[in-house]
Parts: sequence; structure tokens; C-alpha cells
Amino acid sequence: MATEVRFKLNGNRMQMTVEDHWTLLHLLREELGLTGTKEGCGSGECGACTVVVDGLAVNSCLYLAVDVAGKDVLTIEGLAGKDGTLHPLQKSFVENGGIQCGFCTPGMILASKALLDENPRPSEAEIKHALAGNLCRCTGYVPIFASIQAVIDQGIEEVDVVVRQSESPSD
Amino acid sequence: MTLPINNGNEGGPPGIGVSIPRADAYMKVSGREKYASDYYGEDLVWCGVKRAGVPHVVIGEIHTRAASETPGVLAVLTHSDVRGTNRQGVLQKDQPVLADDKARHCGDAVALVIAEDRHSLNKALDLVSFDYELLPGVFDAEEALEEGAPILHENHPQGNLLLSGEYRTGAGASAMAECDVVVEGSFRTPRQEHAYLETEAGWAQVQDDGRLFIVCSTQTPFRDRSEVAEALGLDLHDVRIKAPYPGGAFGGKDGVTVQTLLGLAALNSGGRPVRMQWDREESFLAGTKRHPARLYYRLGAKRDGTLHCLDVHMVLDTGPYDHLGGVVLALGLEHAGGAYRVPHVNLKGKCVYTNNPVGGAFRGFGVPQVTAAIEQMIDMTAEKLQMDPLETRLRNAVRRGDKNSIGKTLVNSTGLRECLKALGEHPLWKSRAEWKAGAGAFKRRGAGVAALTHASGYGPVVPDVANAKVELTREGKFLIYSGVVDMGQGNATTNLQIAGSILCQPTDGMELVLPDTDRTLPSGSASASRCTYTFGNALIGAAENLKTRILQRAADLLMARSRDEIVLIPGGVRHLVSGKDLPLSVIAGFMDEAERISVHHFKAPTAPENFDAGPGIRMHGFPHTLFSYAAHLALVEVDELTGEITVCRYVAISDCGTVVNPQIYEQQIQGAVAQGIGFALCEDLVSTQGLILTQDFAGYVIPTAADVPEIDSVPVEIFEPSGPFGLKGVGEIAMNGPLPAISNAVADACGVRIFEYPMTPERVLAAIRDACKRISE
Repeated sequence: MATEVRFKLNGNRMQMTVEDHWTLLHLLREELGLTGTKEGCGSGECGACTVVVDGLAVNSCLYLAVDVAGKDVLTIEGLAGKDGTLHPLQKSFVENGGIQCGFCTPGMILASKALLDENPRPSEAEIKHALAGNLCRCTGYVPIFASIQAVIDQGIEEVDVVVRQSESPSD
Repeated sequence: MTLPINNGNEGGPPGIGVSIPRADAYMKVSGREKYASDYYGEDLVWCGVKRAGVPHVVIGEIHTRAASETPGVLAVLTHSDVRGTNRQGVLQKDQPVLADDKARHCGDAVALVIAEDRHSLNKALDLVSFDYELLPGVFDAEEALEEGAPILHENHPQGNLLLSGEYRTGAGASAMAECDVVVEGSFRTPRQEHAYLETEAGWAQVQDDGRLFIVCSTQTPFRDRSEVAEALGLDLHDVRIKAPYPGGAFGGKDGVTVQTLLGLAALNSGGRPVRMQWDREESFLAGTKRHPARLYYRLGAKRDGTLHCLDVHMVLDTGPYDHLGGVVLALGLEHAGGAYRVPHVNLKGKCVYTNNPVGGAFRGFGVPQVTAAIEQMIDMTAEKLQMDPLETRLRNAVRRGDKNSIGKTLVNSTGLRECLKALGEHPLWKSRAEWKAGAGAFKRRGAGVAALTHASGYGPVVPDVANAKVELTREGKFLIYSGVVDMGQGNATTNLQIAGSILCQPTDGMELVLPDTDRTLPSGSASASRCTYTFGNALIGAAENLKTRILQRAADLLMARSRDEIVLIPGGVRHLVSGKDLPLSVIAGFMDEAERISVHHFKAPTAPENFDAGPGIRMHGFPHTLFSYAAHLALVEVDELTGEITVCRYVAISDCGTVVNPQIYEQQIQGAVAQGIGFALCEDLVSTQGLILTQDFAGYVIPTAADVPEIDSVPVEIFEPSGPFGLKGVGEIAMNGPLPAISNAVADACGVRIFEYPMTPERVLAAIRDACKRISE
């Protein structure tokens, strides 16, 4: 079974036929070649495949591709400007050492973006809670918190408040 | 802590001691870095493995027909399709690529399926079956040594004993009689899983010229090449291995994982590219683990706290194959007494085959296990003598020139005392009494310390060498050929920093070439806290040599009296006398290709001592000569009602020589501490009868963002003359500290000591209850 879906991906209008059993992760990596989204476990436990759908961080390995119909999907490839200018969170991860092997980084940055879009001034506890589903085995998280905190402190994140939709599948 | 950042784009060379951001950071934050698991390509096919699923069997007929007939399946391969030795392994080649005679653990590979897509692949894998004769298994390392235990390798001369070591100094254990106090302890450390985010993965294809090209997530491309060639019956030079940045490795990619299987698939895919990526469960099942250890310790001291006698017996469970088990044992024996002067020592160790998952390299390499024991024995001794634990350590800590606990004379920088003293001055140590008094209802707080040492390099026999290569391209750009993999530890960036500081180039004026057996030179494994020490020394030689050639050619072109009048500047050279500049592109045009490429070999120094610790132990790396040191402090809170331990603050004070890049140094410390906290509190790959019960991240829990405390890393910078710019290895040492520091803190908080790890709430509660029972009796 296949379904025709229209959605927005990194600002681009998409129209494509997707198999009903495809996950969003499969669609991104294997059909569209967007390998910035990583697979770490395939069962929603590690967060490496995190993307943002309508403002919410979701595990794309658990999210059916057909469910993106009518939605706005952001992957790591769409976060920097078209000219390659990094998003403030990306820049902060570079400067504050939030990256080692880098495999959790795309998911970690997108989970952070979804958090700051919804809550521009999160407390330390709120940051830890928001990122508890994104595993990192290299850094011990300390420089990741520092990277996010620097963005909050500098107020350089352009705040774009997204109201959480209660019927969203990740709730 | 905020670190000074020089983004490397300001035109100047990066310098040493400055936090330039990682060379790979931009590509990684933008999702554009291509990992081995990101290789696909036109006409791709998938391959995957049928695992044994039974721990110990004689393999009979393998039924592949149903799988072969599945639509979308290209081939189903078994051991009979392997043309080479069908054996792999780092030291002993005792592990089959595809099982032929027996399966020795549940993760053994029995058949390899190649299919058009993942869906058909999984379907076909389910249809492969095999006949087998069930053999009794052995799942406990000590039982495996008993008379009549099932034998894993019939041809191995010592039964299930892979390797044993025995070593004595002074009067050995008999000096225990001369001690005023003796403490005893038996410790059990768990099987730890690496849990890198990128599972074992790779891509392979037979190229137009007939050579096999493998791109894989590995720490050891050059050793992999030999293993693949031998196992598959190929000429070494017909195999090329390229190693992109792995998505984490920590020792788990030190040695072959997917490589031989991928190579075999590529030889049977009709020239199409092949991809393999283990899923998480397969990675847990078939990947290597930290050796579970049983440690039996007796430590004797004089009344004044001077250590006098140490008696150690350790048993390591290496699973069914050698892999690096013998080396882990040798390093464990060497570090069993910590960084202390102990005149009388008796060490015994055994590394034992079982039908459990394969033991292998994991950050720390045997040292976290023995440090867990010795650092608690020190606290137990201090407690018995009513001495301060920090003071007890300082009394016995080695200085340069001392002989350590195995009698090795310490000739390199030895900063343990400096680390311990800095810990004593740390505000968190000084204010610990007030902090402890602030515990709430049903909470107990404690402080625990651990003193650490960690060797770097391969030891006295296996040459620890690196071969660096630096090229000035015809266009005037520098290429730095990294011979050692950067699995996230940041050595690729440090290489740029080292080369840039010598060649006076900003990092964006140079380009890295990642390890590739066709392009870079063999420089050993990314392991053993050796990467920047060994390769960095080689790189200094290569860069200095190229610099001399450039200056000489420039001096000739600018009619300078000697090359001393010329200096390198970003992008060019300057004649100091005339002030005239020449761009590198012009100078490169006057240099032959042979002149524009510089290579340099470095071999790490080795210990002159020849200690007899049993056959093979020296070859496996006993002893080393260069050591890093550290002192750790854990402040923990224990919930008396639930048994839950919370690590509230952590301090790591380290002597790893000069700090070349403070940010990367700090990341190594903090990351290793987090892994150590997992080892101490929650990580245990549980298996019963060889079957893994914790098959995913829901069952095998690693620390999350919510579990890791603030970690304060304080470097004690002592210049190490043999190190590049004075540095020593920093990759592993911090892994050794958390378990003993936390356990000592728990003992300080509640008066109970846990001897089996991880320290789960259940174990903590049981220990508290036992103590209460003892008191009421």
C-alpha cells in the first residue's frame, strides 16, 4: 500500500508517494538521501533520529512517513541558512564543544531547537528533561548543556513560539 | 568553565594550548559529515548475518535454500564460500568469520545473506536454519577453569585458560605477616557495553580494477586490512580500507566487526556496492564488551599507613575468543596495585574462555576493573587505621624515580602527588563536611576519592609506531594525512593544531586526509591513550622536515643568505631582511612532488625492564613506561528509603602533561567520567546461559542528560619531555575513577560498602539492611 502525501521539508514543498510501512527515518535517509538524520537504535530509545515536525521533536524511527501529510518537517540539513550560515544553536555547539563523535549531534540540536522554540528560557532541569531522550555516549552532556545555555544567555535565538498541538502523535 | 576560543579563521596559526573548535565540527553540526553508515550509492544491495542464537553447539548442515529462493535475495553464503582462512582475531586468529565447526556464543555468525533491500534481507535471514548438536556451555569464568568444564577450543593447549600471569616482588604475599593491618575484599565488576550511537556499519564494493574497497566504522584500518585479506584469501594489496569518523567506538571498533563479512558479501554481489549495519540488538549480541572481572584482594600496611604488601588474584571472562583478552589481563595485572609504592606484591591473573559475549577492548582496558578494587582497599585500610583517605594516598603515592607497585622505575613525568594535593585544596573537598551536613531527611551524603594511573601505548614488545605524512600541494595548501582514526576524541583537530603551529598556518589553510590504507601511512590503532602522543611526535617530525625544505627553497628563490632569514607566514613565507613575501603556491611550483611530501616515523619509548610475569605476559604489554595520573572526587547522596545513589558533583584533577586543546581535553575527561558513572551505577549487560537479557537501551541503561552531574576537570600541567609539546595520553584515565570514588563516597555516607557492581538501588538497600541487621544483633 502506498499513499500520496504532500508536506513541507526544510521549507520545500514536497509531493511524493510513500509506502505505508515506511518510517519517516526511512523516507529521509533512504528515499531522499538526507543522511544527516541518524539511526542509533530504530526503536525510539536513543534520539539520534530526532527531527522536528510542526515544532515538536519526534523520533523519526517511530514516526510513520504517511503521517507527515500536511505537516512541516525540519531536519538538520534545513537548519542552517541557504548560504551555509549556521543556526545559533549549531554555532554554539561548535564553539562550546557540544560535539565529539557527532552522531547524536543532529538529533541533539533539533531537540534543543524544539525546546527553545517552545520555551525560550528553560531552567536547567527543563533542559535536562527535554534532552533525556537523546543519548550521547561521548561528552557526558556537560558541554551540550553549556552550548544550549550560551544560546539562552546571549538571547541570540530568534524566538519563534510554537503552540503545542495536543493531538500531535508524539504526545 | 568558559574556554578561550580562537576559531582559527583569524588568519593566524592555531597555537598550542588554545581551544580551537574541532575541524569536523561544522560538518557534524550541519549533518553533512559522512559516516560509514551513510554510504549508499547506485545499485546498492544489503547484507546481514544469521546469528547462532545458541551458545555452544556443533554445527551440522546449514539450510539456505528457502532463504535463497526468497524474492530479492542475491546470495546466501556460509563458511564453504570463504576462500581464505575464515579466521579473524587481533592476536590469535581463533574467531571464524562464518562458523564452520562450532558456535561458541549466541552471537556467532552462521550465514551471510545479500539482498536487494532491507525488507527481503530480514525475511531471508529468518528462513536460514541449521542443524546442530547441543553442547554443554560454560557461563562462569571460574567454573570454566574447573576440572571437567566444557571446553570451547579443543586445540587450545590450556583448556579454557586463554592466558595467565603470575608476578611477585619482594617477599610476595608472605610479607603480609609483617603488616600491622590487613584488609580483604572481593569485588565483581560487570560486563559493560560500549553503546556507541553508531552501531557497527560499513559499505564495500569490488572496484573496476578488481580490488576490494571497504569503508567502515573502525579504529584500526591497517590491521583490518590484514585480517580481511587473510580471512578471505586475498592479497593484502588488493584490499583498501577507508575509515571515516566513527560515530563513537571506545574500543568496540578496535578489531574487525563488519569488515570481513562485508568483504565477503562484496566478492559475491556481482560488483554491486554492499551495505551492512548491525541493529542495536545485534550490536549488543555480537560486539565486544568490557571483561567482567572477579577480583580478590588483600592489602597490608604498617601502622603509619605505609603500604607494605599486596596480594591479588583476578579472573577475567573473555567470552569465546581471544580478541584482546590477553592484553586486557596484562594491563590489569600491571595496574592492580595502583600508583603506589608497595615493596611486596603477589599478583595472579587469569583470562578465561566462556560461552558468554566476546570480551574485548573498552576504554580503560582492564584498568577500571582493578582500580575499582585497589582504590577501595586503600579507603578500607585508611578506615581501619583511622586515617584520612587522601592523606593515606599521599603517603604512598609514587614520585618520579620511585618504583611503582610492580617495581617499574618511573622515569617520565609523574604528577600523582600534584593531583592529590590540588584535590586537597579544591573547595568541594575542603567544604565537604558542611555539604554532608546539609543532607535532607532520609538522605545521606558522602565524599569519596580515588587516585588513578593509566599507561599509554603498546608496552615493551609490540612496536608502538606512527608514520606521519604532510604534503604541500602544487596549489600551495597543506594536506595533513592522519594515520590514526578520530572516533570522536578529537585527535584529527589536534593534528591540525600541531602541524599548524609548526607550519604557521591557520586550520583553514590546511586539509585533513582521514585514515585510508591507500593514502595515509600505517600508524597503529586509535587506542591505548596513544593517538596524539605517538602520532603527534611523528607529525612534528614530518612538519618540521617539510618546513625546512620550504624555507630552503624560498631562501634560494629570494636570494637570502640562509634559510634562517625566512619565516613561514599564513599562506606563504617572508624574507625577514627584505620584508618580501612569496605565496606558498609559488614556492610549491619550484618543488618536485618528492620534495613536497614529507614523512616521519616515530616509535614510542619502551621500558627497559624485563619482568617475568609468565609466558606471553610481556608480549601482551607488561610493563609500560609512560603513565598519566589523576585524582578524582565524587560527592554523592544516597536515598536511605530507595537505595538510589545520586552523584551530585564530580571533580577530576589530571596529569596528562601539557594541554594542547583545553576544550578537547575537557571533553575526554567529562565523557570518560560519564561512562564511569554508568559503569558504577547502572550498566550491566545481563546474560543468562549466554543469552543477553538486556537487548536494548530500555534494558541496558546508560547515563542520560538527567543523570550526569556537573563535572569539574582541572588539569595539572606537567611537561612530559617525550611527548609532543609535552603532552601525555588523556583518553582513558578518567574512566577508572568514578566506580571507586562513588563507592568510597557511599561508604562515607552510609557506612556500607558495595562489592558487586553496578551499585543498583537494590544492592545499596540490601547492604544497608545487612548493616542494620548486624548492628541490631
